Amino acid sequence: MNRNLVQRLGFGLLSFMALLTVLPIILVIIFIVVQGGSVISVEFITGFPFGGMRSGGIWPAIVGTFYLTLGTAIFSVPLGVAAAIYLSEYASDNGLTRLIRLAIINLSGIPSVVYGLFGLGLFVFFLQFGTSILSASLTLSIMTLPVIISTSEEALRAVPQAFRTVSISVGATRWQTIRRIVLPEALPGIITGVILGLERAAGETAPILFTGAAFFLPRLPGSPFDATMALPYHLFVISTQVPEMPIQIQYGTALVLITFVLAMNLIANYVRSRARARRQW
Amino acid sequence: MEKNLSLGEFIITRLVKASGYSAIVFVTLIFYFLLREGLPTLGEVELENLLSTRWYPIESYFGILPLISGSLIVTIGAALIAVPFGLGTAIFIAEIAPRWAREILKPLVELLGGLPSVVLGFLGILVLSPNLRILLNLPTGLTAFTGSLLLGAIAVPTVVSIAEDALDSVPRSYRDAALALGATRWQTIWRVTLPAARSGVLTAIMLGVGRAIGETMTVMMVTGNAPVLATSLSALFSPVRTMTATIAAEMGEVASGSIHYHTLFFIGMVLFIISLAVNITASSVVFRQKKRAERVLS
Repeated sequence: MNRNLVQRLGFGLLSFMALLTVLPIILVIIFIVVQGGSVISVEFITGFPFGGMRSGGIWPAIVGTFYLTLGTAIFSVPLGVAAAIYLSEYASDNGLTRLIRLAIINLSGIPSVVYGLFGLGLFVFFLQFGTSILSASLTLSIMTLPVIISTSEEALRAVPQAFRTVSISVGATRWQTIRRIVLPEALPGIITGVILGLERAAGETAPILFTGAAFFLPRLPGSPFDATMALPYHLFVISTQVPEMPIQIQYGTALVLITFVLAMNLIANYVRSRARARRQW
Repeated sequence: MEKNLSLGEFIITRLVKASGYSAIVFVTLIFYFLLREGLPTLGEVELENLLSTRWYPIESYFGILPLISGSLIVTIGAALIAVPFGLGTAIFIAEIAPRWAREILKPLVELLGGLPSVVLGFLGILVLSPNLRILLNLPTGLTAFTGSLLLGAIAVPTVVSIAEDALDSVPRSYRDAALALGATRWQTIWRVTLPAARSGVLTAIMLGVGRAIGETMTVMMVTGNAPVLATSLSALFSPVRTMTATIAAEMGEVASGSIHYHTLFFIGMVLFIISLAVNITASSVVFRQKKRAERVLS
């Protein structure tokens, strides 16, 4: 067969596969927006569910997901960024550093439900935090850590070595150099990584199943030691555990959840592209 | 002042170093707690029972084989979808697509990676499984196949992003040389670029498969949750139950410290070891490739 014809057929096949891969994503999002859009209203967003959750709104789940994301950020951001600073600025290329990298890769590969088991064993029972926002946030933090570490490290390493050399040569200490020169330059990249990590945490269900998620709560959680409703878990509950659940409410909940997640994704991409456009080096 | 500064710097440097080790601490802690809660199973459940084909904890049947076979069959199905589509898309993005198409495709694939698995499971229940039931004329649409389709979609972004990175890192000069010798772009992709990137491509496949084995919510929602040992490929079109789904579905209802509780942790331990093996193998492939590249370039 003519090799140019082979090439044309091959390129055609690959573009078709790429199209088949991304088309469903667009369709899924449009479908959820169309199906769920009709139920979105102020009452749906800010109201409490009632009548066995078959009526009313999803406010406690929205607030719960917000608390869990915030809690995850509080623990995972300082720890993750500090670990990235260590790997990028302090660590030498030795066996210990390779072990750290291997541990990070493994953390990112552990199934989410296993994080749930770990959270149950350590935070809920051993440390006696109970089924609570605290336990769930800590569990999600450890799951998010590898994403934050690897993206932050990449951002730190992208800062040219000359910046550090100049800073040190005018008399700054190592930490001053990191704090005043390297970190500010790497900040947009770090923020992007943090948001992408938190996006994943906000959408996860399995790690919070036994560590902090509540089936139904008539009020908002009052302290970090209370359990909470959460959007992904709520969607799971109303689509599998509640019989005769009105379908519009299910689609509406899915729509709010993907809006939450997609908004974080868009913000992350915006920060990244703006930083790229403004970069001088 | 000088003294304060260096004391402060000393403390901060210590903190940063301690954080650096945190990943090792957490992996160790996770493994420790899985062992602590999972190993007692071996003393409480006879090995014969544990390796039997019946999972029915209420009557003390703790055979985990049906769960392992369930995970296996769903994962194989997912890999059959994610590998060709993931690699095809990665090759298209890295080698063929014009710049504008790349700028659209990459964020879309990333978006798929960010979509919560519970949303895919939800659509699986409401849209995919009823249609598959009619289309394939099955008694139920909640089957391993439905799970495989959705898991494939979940694994695709992992495969695409790692494989695309690998293709991107093949030096420009390799392609130029092939083209200068008269090869078509298609021949260059198949005979030069892909072979040069093969260890990265292998890593992409392994991590994609690893992602599929560990996925929980989607499979729990759409695979029908019947713990039946899969003995042939026809099991692909009947309900199955995976290891992850079993833990997620049952952990909420067991008493802490019971045999059932310990067995669920034992399954978690097995999952942890599988993911450890997959990731260590995948990263050692990457290290080998790096060494080879250094040798070639020096």
